[in-house]
This record gives sequence, C-alpha cells and structure tokens, in this order.
Amino acid sequence: MAQDRPHAPELLRAIREFLAADVLPKLEGRTQFHLKVAINSLAILERETTNAATADAAELARLKALLGRDGSLPELNAELARQLRAGLRDETDAALMAHLRATIADKIAISNPKWR
Amino acid sequence: MEQPPETGDLAPAELARRLTAACARHFGCTVRVEGLFRHSGGASRQTWGFDATLEHAGSPQRDALVLRRDPPRSAGTGALTGETSLALDRGLEFELLQVAQRHGVPVPAPLFALTPGDGLGEGFVMRHVPGTAIARELLRDPRYARTRANIVPQLGGILARLHAIPLPELPALRRTTPAEAIAQQRHVLDTIGEPHPVYELAFTWLERRLPAVDVAPRFVHGDFRTGNFLAAEEGVTAILDWEIAHTGDPLEDLGWMCIKSWRFGAVENPAGGFGSREALFAAYEAAGGEKVDVARARWWEIFGTARWGVICMAQAWKHLSGAEHSVELASIGRRCAETEVDLLQLLAEA
Repeated sequence: MAQDRPHAPELLRAIREFLAADVLPKLEGRTQFHLKVAINSLAILERETTNAATADAAELARLKALLGRDGSLPELNAELARQLRAGLRDETDAALMAHLRATIADKIAISNPKWR
Repeated sequence: MEQPPETGDLAPAELARRLTAACARHFGCTVRVEGLFRHSGGASRQTWGFDATLEHAGSPQRDALVLRRDPPRSAGTGALTGETSLALDRGLEFELLQVAQRHGVPVPAPLFALTPGDGLGEGFVMRHVPGTAIARELLRDPRYARTRANIVPQLGGILARLHAIPLPELPALRRTTPAEAIAQQRHVLDTIGEPHPVYELAFTWLERRLPAVDVAPRFVHGDFRTGNFLAAEEGVTAILDWEIAHTGDPLEDLGWMCIKSWRFGAVENPAGGFGSREALFAAYEAAGGEKVDVARARWWEIFGTARWGVICMAQAWKHLSGAEHSVELASIGRRCAETEVDLLQLLAEA
C-alpha cells in the first residue's frame, strides 16, 4: 500500500530544510561540518528517491542488450567489469561507451548534478 | 588511576593528561597543555592542536603544537582496504618530516615521537604552522587574492626539492612502479567487491599504455595536492600528510595534483585550482626538477583520477564494514560518480 503524503523526497526535503535552517546555525566545528555533510547527503537521497528507479531500469535494459544475456544489475555489472578487466572490451566499443556515458550521467545527476 | 596501554580511545581529559606528561618528558620541564582541540578528519588517524606552556626556571614560553596520533587499533578492524594498508605508520611519517625539513621542504617542524609509555598510541608532536589548508578559502577568499598567483610556482619548486632528496637519506619506503600502482587499486576493487566498469575500463586503458619502467625512482609524496598544504597570505607555509609517501615516478605527484577533484570547483585551473599544468611544470623544471614528460604526467593524472575514485569507495567501506562509523566517510562513497564522469572525459580526450 502506498504511504501517505509526504512522499519520500518530500519528507527528506522537510528534514533537510529543518536541519539547515534550525540546527546548523547552533553548531560549530566538527559537528557543524558533519551536519553539512549530512544535509548534502539528504539532498542526494531526495534526487535518488525521485529518479533512481527509472535510471536503474534503463541501465539494466542497456546492460542486457550490451552483454546479450539476462541477469540482475549487480550480476551484469560484475560481468561487464570482468570483461573490461580482461581487456575483452575497451574504449573503441561505441555501444559500451554509450552505455557508460548514459549510466554515469544518471549517477552524477543524483550524486552531484553541479559537477563539471 | 591505572595507566595500562588502553584498548579503546581516550576521553579528551585523559588525552590531555597523558599529552602533558609526554611533553614534560620531552621538554624536561613542567608543561601546561591548554586549548586541546580536534581537527576534522578520520577517527583512526587523529590530529589535535594545543598550546603548551613550558614552565622554565625563567619566563614561561608558550608554543602552539600539534599532535598526530593513531589510537591503538581495536581487534577485528584490521585488513582494511587500499590506501589504509599503504599508509605509513606515524613513526615513519615523523622521520620523513625530519628529512624533508633538512632539504628545505616547508613542513611543520617535527619535535618528538611518542613512546609506548606515553599511553597515547603511535604518533608524534610537531610545531603548529600558520596558514589554512581549506581549498575554498585559498581559492575564493579576497585575503588570498595575491597569494593565489604564488601558489603554483611555490608548489612546483617544493616538489622539485622533494624529488631531489637522495633515497639513502630516507627510511625504507615501498617502491611502486606504474604496474604495481594499478595492481594495488585493482586489489582494493576486488576486496570491496562492488563492480565499477568505468574504473576497470580506465585501469585496462592505463595498463596498455604503461610509462617506460626505466624511470629512476625518486621520493614521491603520494598525496601532494590542494587541501594537503597550508598557505598564509605570503604563500605556502607547509606540506602536510606524508603518510602515503613511497618511491617511484616523480611525475606521479604532478599528475595527482592536477586531477579535477583537487581543483575544488576552479576547473579551468588544472594545477590544484591555482594555475595551468604548463605553469606548474615550468616552475618544477626551473627549480631543478626533471624535464616533464607531458604524456607521462597525463598518464598519472588519469591514474590519479581513478585512484581517487577507488579511495572514495574505500573510505565508504571503512564505514560500511563497521571499522569506523562516520557520516563523512559514508558520504564520500557517493563521490565516485565524479571521478567516473572525469575518467570518461579524459579517455575521450586522450
């Protein structure tokens, strides 16, 4: 059964805004630094709870096509990693590179969209 | 109070008491320790600032000092991955500071090593050096506007002096060839067991383009970058964090300093956010460093980008494995994607 509002990203945002506005100014030193880290992590989770399911599904579909087999995301990534370590695929493989670019673009959009 | 070697970590008051005794032993007089505070950083490798007032027969003398210590390791957290296992113990770090200081590399003056009887774990006490290591301040604060132009020439010169230190003067250090450097990172990846195709792609790419192995090994700092030096308004005051030092290709330090993660947002300035690669290499050569093979420096920059990604995984792993609970370590795991973005870009440009 679906949970009531707020949805996960909405609740995470409420927590993040409370910590940033009401708690952060009362802290100092190491504890304040760690709260900044925590607030940043909550922002990652807001984006993740909104976008990760779509991104994971797209990554899985691409991996299945690329490797020509079925499997879970961890299994297929482990297989791709093995092939890359063994040199069976490399940067000259256009389909591989398109997959990696799409995957990493989705990852960074969640973990740090400002990265450039 | 009994004072056996403790198994866990110390309460700050007890730490202050033992530190006071250790300082008294070293200085040979009564010492008052005040203002003890913990710098941010890991729980397993701690840095503490404090003021020591030496009660000499004459007038008291007040010194700003720093304690670097590793608390005794609790059982069961050993065999940690990656950089942790490459890290030097504090005793070796103390010796390196002594050698570096003799060769004109700016470092916090090392004063004395802790002994087992001090009950503080492994570590040493050094002098406090004025300046900040905080990249954000150095790169953006108006008070460092003039400093910023000096940083790249100074760092290039310091690296040249550091790389010129004769190996026989140094304690025994691990020698790392490019192939071994790749093997170390793959070992960490395998230990953690979370597959990262982009890192595998990068390490295989690097393996196929290994630099010539006949590079004469030099002293390599191993973590020479923005964030690991102190600067005041007049410029660089000290090089910090010597615990990954080893011997190998000196260009490793130049490449590492240029990875995008150490530009702290000033991406247009590859040399640590402060200037161009060309300016860094020119300063290095002008101070007696070898002529920089740009392709080899680039190899190390790409390697360094992948290495930082693996370090991010390993930092998160410290938290996930239960060795060291920390929101800071946990969050670093999510920085992997930054290095994956950079690696895809670097390989596309190569």
